[in-house]
Amino acid sequence: MTKPLPNSLRTGPDERGHFGIFGGRYVAETLMPLILEVERAYEEAKRDPAFDAEFRRLLAHYVGRPSPLWFAERLTAQLGGAQVWFKRDELNHTGAHKINNCIGQILLAKRMGKTRIIAETGAGQHGVATATVCALFGLPCTIYMGATDVARQSPNVFRMKLLGAEVKPVTSGAATLKDAMNEALRDWVANVADTYYLIGTVAGPHPYPAMVRDFQSVIGTEAKAQLDAAVGRLPDVCIAAIGGGSNAMGLFHPFLDDASVRLVGVEAAGHGLDSGQHAASLSRGRPGVLHGNRTYLLQDEHGQILEAHSISAGLDYPGVGPEHAWLHELGRVEYVAVTDAEALEAFQLCTRTEGIIPALEPAHALAQVMKMAPGMDRDAIILMNLCGRGDKDIFTVAEALGVKL
Amino acid sequence: MSRIAARFAALRREGRAGLIPFVEACDPDRATTEALLAGFPAAGADLIEIGMPFTDPMADGPTIQRAGQRGLKGGATLGVTLDIVRGFRAKDDATPIVLMGYYNPILAYGVARFCADAATAGVDGLIVVDLPPEEAEELAVPAGGAKLDLIRLVAPTTHDDRLKAVLTGAGGFVYYVSITGITGTRTATEEHLAQAIPRVRAATSLPVAVGFGVRTPEHAAAVARHADAAVVASALIDTIAANLDEAGKLKPGTVETVLDQVRALAAGVRGARVGRAA
Repeated sequence: MTKPLPNSLRTGPDERGHFGIFGGRYVAETLMPLILEVERAYEEAKRDPAFDAEFRRLLAHYVGRPSPLWFAERLTAQLGGAQVWFKRDELNHTGAHKINNCIGQILLAKRMGKTRIIAETGAGQHGVATATVCALFGLPCTIYMGATDVARQSPNVFRMKLLGAEVKPVTSGAATLKDAMNEALRDWVANVADTYYLIGTVAGPHPYPAMVRDFQSVIGTEAKAQLDAAVGRLPDVCIAAIGGGSNAMGLFHPFLDDASVRLVGVEAAGHGLDSGQHAASLSRGRPGVLHGNRTYLLQDEHGQILEAHSISAGLDYPGVGPEHAWLHELGRVEYVAVTDAEALEAFQLCTRTEGIIPALEPAHALAQVMKMAPGMDRDAIILMNLCGRGDKDIFTVAEALGVKL
Repeated sequence: MSRIAARFAALRREGRAGLIPFVEACDPDRATTEALLAGFPAAGADLIEIGMPFTDPMADGPTIQRAGQRGLKGGATLGVTLDIVRGFRAKDDATPIVLMGYYNPILAYGVARFCADAATAGVDGLIVVDLPPEEAEELAVPAGGAKLDLIRLVAPTTHDDRLKAVLTGAGGFVYYVSITGITGTRTATEEHLAQAIPRVRAATSLPVAVGFGVRTPEHAAAVARHADAAVVASALIDTIAANLDEAGKLKPGTVETVLDQVRALAAGVRGARVGRAA
């Protein structure tokens, strides 16, 4: 944590996809040529103004960007400290930030001439976003989802099916998100010629962590400009929830070189960091290799991967994006953890004071806001990514609160 | 000369290809693995591959995934796996043993310590599925120091212009993944092998073994007509999986059934070049 920081933290990864010792490409040889092809195609697309123009057009007119920046005045008054501002990515089409990345990657898949899309999903948000862009572009898609998640997220399963996706329940391993990702990788190995794997977070083999971050960085770029227009300055703190870490990376990346801005990533502490039932890979994990990249993982002493737990299915993953692992070791971003119970309290507070039902993922970020804001000056500014809406979670919340629907 | 090089040299002298049976460590328990290993050489195994179970084996099909889960339940760790090899080595100093697995358990064990301990136990080579040459240096250096061969995988998707990079630093033999897909799901045609193996040979002087989808004596014979060895995994594991009782224990006689299968596969491999080889 005492290492000197590089001149810029925004230039990573290196040409082989490493953020410090993290990231890289740890995949079977069958996939390597394909991953190199994705990287080449993405590098070309990045330099093509027409690609960017089409990405911007779809974000503006299909997704509904820019998403608003909202000063949560009643919440601020209630907390009695720093001003709380929400970046409202829950207002995007499909109700979360996931669609930003899906738009970018579907354009890349089209450009590469791929005719079939596969994806993994945990809570179903990325699956819905992927099924949505596949419907829009007329491409068949197969979504891998752990059988456990299929059972607990049935509305999203139905949404994906309505959108024309084939949803394949994964029963191998623990039948959750990590197994869905394994299964998607297996599908990809078997269908290399025509298939594009649309990964939903800033993890996986290079170039995915950097590419997904680039597509999600629209969040932070917009928020920075919007806050500047509103109050003429940078925020003091940016806060976002972290599962794989795509919404957080999207918010943080444009602020990485602004040394005055504290960046706080919030992991899911589940039943508590010492309960053995959490999803806090940075707080309680160790570096290792899974799903194509080196990063912090929940694992036992023998290097076997442990199951994560969180009330939020979107945070329920035993790894984290490699750029977060790097920023953690550099000390540029602080990573903290919030329990299921704290997130539930934040969920209810947001709903009642702001009239916004947040997803359980940003409810974790909000729980951290609730801890920090009261101790800060009234002219200080906290910018929080409200990355998804909570409609999908009302059944989970009802159950947790003991309400029968 | 390493055990692997010595064995392939002997096979060349005999004018035949070799058979490499695969067993997942501790599937479903340590005693089964030990009994299979003890029986493999006499049943016709020329080299032996032992799988190191991992919770998330992304290149493996359902058969080996489940074998890995049974192995973990059966107490497999890298330490136990090396113990098993040590026990085998006490009685057989000639049959090469190759460990196959994923990188994270090796990282957790400690890369340098693992290489040293594996070599001491009598392991001859390592195949790490999710460690492509681009990331392999961290393992290649200590493996080389311990005189362990780092065996590289080549796939149908490995273009000619990539082959050279993949095979730089390769040791022991080249493992040709004969299908685009996961283990145990498809079988390559002999036409594919006839075209693919010469392509690999043109890029390396190492022997070439073929795996993924080799299930029957006929497949093994087809591989033996083109390559230097055939790896058989899922077909043997299927026999174990089909002979578990309700408590997950192996039914009596199953080890012998698997060894019979190995004998049949060995006959396939050994008969393949009759009338062709010197």
